[in-house]
Amino acid sequence: MFAVFRDLIRYNLEFTIGLVLVGIVAIFAALSFFSPVDPTLIYMAIPDQPPSAQYWFGTNSRGQDLFWHLSAAFRNSLMFGITVAVLSRIISITVGLAAGYLGGWVDRILMFINDIFVAVPIFPILVLFYFVLRNNMDSFTMALILACFGWPFDARLIRSVALGLKHREFTRHAVFAGMSTRKVLLEEHLPYVMPIVFSTFMNNMLWSIGMEVTLAVLGFTNINNPTIGTVLYWANSHSAMVVGTWWWIVIPVILIVITFLGLFLLAVSMNEYIDPRSRLRRMGA
Amino acid sequence: MNGYLVFVGKRALLMFAVIFFGISAMFLVTYLSPIDPVEQVLGRLSARSNLSPEAIASTREALTAMFGTGQPMHVQYWNFWTRLLQGDLGASLMAFPTPAMELVMRGMPWTLGLLLTSTVITFVVGNLMGGLAGYFQNNRFFKAFGIVTMGLQPIPYYIVAFIILIIFGFLWPVLPISGGFSMDVRPSWTMPFILSVLQHSLLPAFSLVLVGLGGWFIGMRALVSNIVTEDYVTYAELAGVKRETIVSGYVMRNALVPQVTALAMVIGGVFSGTIITEQVFNYPGMGSLLVDAVNAGDYSTVLAVCTVSITAVAFAIFIVDLLHPLLDPRVRTE
Repeated sequence: MFAVFRDLIRYNLEFTIGLVLVGIVAIFAALSFFSPVDPTLIYMAIPDQPPSAQYWFGTNSRGQDLFWHLSAAFRNSLMFGITVAVLSRIISITVGLAAGYLGGWVDRILMFINDIFVAVPIFPILVLFYFVLRNNMDSFTMALILACFGWPFDARLIRSVALGLKHREFTRHAVFAGMSTRKVLLEEHLPYVMPIVFSTFMNNMLWSIGMEVTLAVLGFTNINNPTIGTVLYWANSHSAMVVGTWWWIVIPVILIVITFLGLFLLAVSMNEYIDPRSRLRRMGA
Repeated sequence: MNGYLVFVGKRALLMFAVIFFGISAMFLVTYLSPIDPVEQVLGRLSARSNLSPEAIASTREALTAMFGTGQPMHVQYWNFWTRLLQGDLGASLMAFPTPAMELVMRGMPWTLGLLLTSTVITFVVGNLMGGLAGYFQNNRFFKAFGIVTMGLQPIPYYIVAFIILIIFGFLWPVLPISGGFSMDVRPSWTMPFILSVLQHSLLPAFSLVLVGLGGWFIGMRALVSNIVTEDYVTYAELAGVKRETIVSGYVMRNALVPQVTALAMVIGGVFSGTIITEQVFNYPGMGSLLVDAVNAGDYSTVLAVCTVSITAVAFAIFIVDLLHPLLDPRVRTE
């Protein structure tokens, strides 16, 4: 594991850049644990101060120190992304391994369901959820909903690997040695798909954080919970660009771009390290 | 030919399954939600004006009849489908008494136009550039192009559109950033109107293309760089087949098959991206309609937009799938 990591840093420039970028954002987000102010409170600082020695990222029109506010926002968004990624990974591993190993009608039914989930346009559905749940839609509910839609691409990838593993010698040995199906999948096959799980983990985070940003910017989430999207929502609702508080928009946007580029580079370089087939997941959506 | 029919049958089955399950899930979400549409509408109505208790009671009755919320679940589900099949989803509340379906149909051409143009441009340009980049691996121009598109690809649709909005709205205002056409032209098939529509669609389409290019580029480059190492390509080169023929007929065409499959898989996501982008540029399509409807608490219109979205995307995927056997002869004989 460690050797792989060292090789990646040594031979893969993209991986190193990605790691540095994600590292910066992760440290910045972790700083929020030492935040001197509660980021949800407003009018705790002088409003509309440009970046200075006292307020590194300036303050916004709601009287929040943007440094600490953004720090909390990135922590929440990253946690959100990780939650969605972990939950949807569990579904995609289960479906992918089961479909690949069991085959037959189990495979056909699972892949049919998979195809349905791939085809449904997620954004209108999310808006519909917000529409009927309104204020009951907190970030965990949203993470659950996104996790329910974030697995099909990756399940298909995992299935394609599992299909190959099924006919390998060691699987047959394990079966003849009396291992149960569950044990074969978890102990024999799971380690082989772990690399894919890691790289799709990043892609899934990108996707879910992007969705959260979009919904929050439109005001379709709990807007009092600081996340990347709600920061932009408040900046827009105070017309930050028009009144000249540009740092309220520019700094979050730069940080978002850093986060997304970093995660993307990590995913891409891992993918190249494992298997070019994973490219499907990276497209478009 | 028989193989083709089986293929089409399977895909059609999938399309109907997507529409059926998607819309059923939609029904379930609205049915199980803790919020009663009747009370919501009533709350909105009574917030604006003073209504007598009798008026409220009779409005509640009328609304309950309209939404049909008083009945048991299976009856509601049955009614929902029968009305849907007749294309009737009730009147829109924000533009009463226009039917919600009519509002959606008004927004549909804009969304479809934007989606279609940007997808075609993205797919063609991305694959062409990706293919060439995979074939001419040491070309500086293609390398630079790859870095730029790959850098843009992970950024969410909203952020890219937003950055473009800031650039063209504040820093360099040359293109219209809002609306579908200028206020001073009337919608008709005249030159000024068409020009105005094109001009207004430039920025939304541009931002969609920017986000979409990277995925196709990366995918095609990876595919092509695998294919050029195949024996049959080397053989064709040794046999003196013209380079253009090798690139287009031997390499690109084979690489295009998985890309068309991928196109079917990403349409749902691109559709979501389109309606997000529309909202940023205040483009008069289904996306803006959806957001307006949510903000206005317009139950029927939200349902109508979701229904039409699911149906349209499923249908688009079906159409793309139909193209697949034309490229890959193996599907026909399966």
